Amino acid sequence: MLARLQQGAVIDGFRLEQELPLAATAAFWRVSQEGSDTPLVMKIPRLEAGANPINIVGFEVEQMILPKLSGPHVPRFVASGSLENPYIVMELIAGQSLKARLPELPLPADEVAAIGVKLAWGLHDIHGQDVNHLDVKPSNVMLRPNGEAVLIDFGFSRHLRLPDILAEEFPGPIGTGAYVAPEQVLGNRTDRRSDIFAMGVLLYFFATGERPFGDPQTARAWRRRLYRDPLPPRARRPDCPPWLQEIILRCLEVDPAGRYPTAAQLAFDLRHPDQVAITARGERIRRSSALGAAARWMRVKPRLPAFAQSGARGLHESPIVMAAVDLVPGQEILAEELRLAVRRILQTQPEARLICVNVLKLSRLALDPTEDEHGRNLHLRRLAELQYWARSLPMPGHGITYHVLEAVDPAAALLDYARHNQVDHIVIGARASSALRRHLGSVSAQVVAEAPCTVTVVRTPRP
Amino acid sequence: MLTALLADIHANREALAACLADAQARGVARHVFLGDYVGYGAEPGWVVDTVMAHVAAGATAILGNHDAAVFDRAADLNDTARITLDWTRDRLGAGQENFLRGLPLTAEAGDRLFVHASAWEPARWDYVTGPAAALRSFEATQHQKTFCGHLHVPEVYHLGRTAKIASFIPAYGTGIPLIPQRRWLAVVGSVGQPRDGVPAASYAVLDEERAMLTYVRAPYDVESAAAKVRAAGLPEVLALRLLQGR
Repeated sequence: MLARLQQGAVIDGFRLEQELPLAATAAFWRVSQEGSDTPLVMKIPRLEAGANPINIVGFEVEQMILPKLSGPHVPRFVASGSLENPYIVMELIAGQSLKARLPELPLPADEVAAIGVKLAWGLHDIHGQDVNHLDVKPSNVMLRPNGEAVLIDFGFSRHLRLPDILAEEFPGPIGTGAYVAPEQVLGNRTDRRSDIFAMGVLLYFFATGERPFGDPQTARAWRRRLYRDPLPPRARRPDCPPWLQEIILRCLEVDPAGRYPTAAQLAFDLRHPDQVAITARGERIRRSSALGAAARWMRVKPRLPAFAQSGARGLHESPIVMAAVDLVPGQEILAEELRLAVRRILQTQPEARLICVNVLKLSRLALDPTEDEHGRNLHLRRLAELQYWARSLPMPGHGITYHVLEAVDPAAALLDYARHNQVDHIVIGARASSALRRHLGSVSAQVVAEAPCTVTVVRTPRP
Repeated sequence: MLTALLADIHANREALAACLADAQARGVARHVFLGDYVGYGAEPGWVVDTVMAHVAAGATAILGNHDAAVFDRAADLNDTARITLDWTRDRLGAGQENFLRGLPLTAEAGDRLFVHASAWEPARWDYVTGPAAALRSFEATQHQKTFCGHLHVPEVYHLGRTAKIASFIPAYGTGIPLIPQRRWLAVVGSVGQPRDGVPAASYAVLDEERAMLTYVRAPYDVESAAAKVRAAGLPEVLALRLLQGR
């Protein structure tokens, strides 16, 4: 055990500067390290008699997982202590946790969506590193000054390629009552869509000021969410737009397969409310009747064993595919080849989401017309052409959306769009090579050079 | 510093060469050989010479049950192993046999113990096939981490402060943080005769500073190794085993 925690004490080269007011499970100290200006925090578990054993093992879990994570959405791991002196030193995140926002709830829909996008991007990043957080809630989400979300406290998390010591020691469900997903209640810790569910709870809470399932404290009470649907957000807040309710209730589906397959796809919908396909789920203003609840339970009950075992498919099986479609007259054959390439991708990845994008090129100097010579809106015309282009594609599992970007630099616009929508795969056509094109550089070449993801370049067959 | 942990080479030259090359490419600076250099395979002489050369350069090597059977004719072995052992003895020179004779049953370095089969009475060659056998090993040593072979199937056991023991099959290529709050018993796979259904050679790399253990697979020319087993007139089952990894 650490001898004495007091200001000025030095542990393995880290000087304790100030105790931070936080958490029952551990002490947090702001620490400094000689020769470094980086603000750091030391987390010291409470291991004294009477401490909750889940938190003790949770500390071990965090000790195993944090050093394996990287990127802006987790606190950077710096060091961990020994058996006698257990601690973790990590980057101190400037900024506040989402818990600080609770007094302001409910928040306007657009603000809820903006917070949701940041959180979903953070989650997508750690999911890509084989980690399910499994305790997503406002106090475990920090926002950096630049707006990026940081997930903290990996004490309940599951690394899919490491032993799950928490589950080995504690056979019952583990989580936070208000946020825990149905399959977690059944003891399943391997499904990343549990984090999507918790995000649904958080979005619901932020949009309405109420938690959808209350804050039950016993694992027995947690089970209620298996058979009872929450009151629709619009029943609590009539001004909650249907698109937001649609998104929230999709996150809260009992069956993990009914939720978003990836946090990136959830972020996409939150960023594009006008593209959300609103079903009866989005319009509902009442909870299902007793009869409806019974019918739902009859549907869900036989599937419980499956939920207890469910595992989401690999992230790469639910990709966001972006087709960059050039609609210039004379390039019909290339557009057709592009469609064939996209069709093949959708056939092998039925869980994909397809985004069809076209760039309406603006000139650098002139004031661009927004209408053609017949007075038709150019933007709408492109949109119609884009939909026509996609007409014969198989409908991917998670839908098709259409976007016309207006930009001076088409390649930069496409790249920007791909980055901001967590696109996994860009499919783009390349026109035939010519001396001029080689000299100026082509849009596809620039996209290939700078894309954050896989790019497929389609060419027409040589005549 | 990175240390390669190599167990159960079993006279398989191609597999050992592949692991050593793979380890070099990863920047491994130290080698620990966890026993069973001979038996089953067709190149005992080359393998023992290679291990000897590494030991001369500072590597650690410990004794395995097949190595002990070279000089201890009373050893308890199955028929296939006995046939290969008789064949092997005729192919080892006095220097190679003396090297095996001089190997220790265990070696230690800081909080790490290296043993062929189990820390529990190492010369009994206990198989760590489940929690009970793992617990026997944990209780027989004070070391926080024990590394062994003998089983030919990778598995990692760990023991928490509640004395609950659990195990898992390691994922290749993902470093496992051997955190100080737990005790660890890592059964590294077999270099020369894997039995987990994957024919590629199996070994592990330990990053001592970061206490990170990574299981690695090194593909090698299995067909050549199997052809040599057949050409040597050794039992056909040994060639098939290499090809199937079982």
